[in-house]
Amino acid sequence: MATASPVDAPSVDSRHDYLLRLGDDSLILGQRLSKWCGHAPVLEVDLSLANLSLDLIGQATHLLEEAGAGDGDKLAFHRDVLDFRNCLLVEQPNGDFARTMARHLLFSTWQHMLFERLTRSSDRFLVEFASKAVKEVAYHRELSSEWVIRLGDGTEESARRMAEGLDWNWRFVPELFEVDETLKALSDSGIAPDPREFEDEYRSAIANVLAEAKLDVPADQRPILGGRRGHHSEHLGHVLAVMQFLPRTYPDATW
Amino acid sequence: MSHDWPLWEVFVRTKGGLSHRHFGSVHAPDAELALRHARDTYTRRQEGVSIWVVPSAAIVASDPEQAGELFEPAADKIYRHPTFYDIPDEVKHI
Repeated sequence: MATASPVDAPSVDSRHDYLLRLGDDSLILGQRLSKWCGHAPVLEVDLSLANLSLDLIGQATHLLEEAGAGDGDKLAFHRDVLDFRNCLLVEQPNGDFARTMARHLLFSTWQHMLFERLTRSSDRFLVEFASKAVKEVAYHRELSSEWVIRLGDGTEESARRMAEGLDWNWRFVPELFEVDETLKALSDSGIAPDPREFEDEYRSAIANVLAEAKLDVPADQRPILGGRRGHHSEHLGHVLAVMQFLPRTYPDATW
Repeated sequence: MSHDWPLWEVFVRTKGGLSHRHFGSVHAPDAELALRHARDTYTRRQEGVSIWVVPSAAIVASDPEQAGELFEPAADKIYRHPTFYDIPDEVKHI
């Protein structure tokens, strides 16, 4: 990360956009995971998934309040689907438990490597945010790795489901390492890390977990991009319909 | 599914200097996940600084049928209770 100079200082809009990207990633995955509540394979896993979800929604609260100058709820509940900036991976349907864990491994490994680097950002808010969140995400990464390993190296059925879950989510990985103009400006000024710096580390970390799980690294598929520009899959609209229904229908409701 | 998984007893040390205390039990396929389940189930509100998990099957328990012979004889041995000492207020956890 280079030192900031007044000439190439990124605009306020870039920073706002970046906060939305990070905040929407956490919000949408948190909302997705919360759907498992009461439906997980066993009570203990139900609590694990609820904990992951609550960590993520807590992160989203911090990030969206910063982006919305104190009004995070407005951003979470009163934006339309085209204005969401999350990556496509987090909006993918839960599928079965194996697919949920595949998605979580792929996302939390990336998020952990990103947050580790954000603790050295030139932006004070992001440093404070990442210093706290990196510990939560480290746990997410460990827990999802453990489950991928156990399901992959489990029964014939669990291995098949785990491989299918990975295969489903794999095409959304390249988007995590995409660098557009917004991100370029932020990384030039030391606010955000350039994710390409840790892509090799990411791919070898995932390969190590999959090797331990006795699973093959999925073949690369045609990457699907666009979430950071608001081009989402049809799934996100359904997530938002459920998430936003209450505050939109009863704007005066308090809870 | 959960009845396929063995049961583990969970002991949590709530803060440095105190003993681990029995908190409850979790189902888990192995020791590593038992620790994670224990963490997620019993320390969600910062209750602990250290966790032990022990396979429930490894616990050797006294027989409730023998409660009489094991415990009742202690009931009338009042001299075994150190109740004749004044304990300063500052001494906690005794």
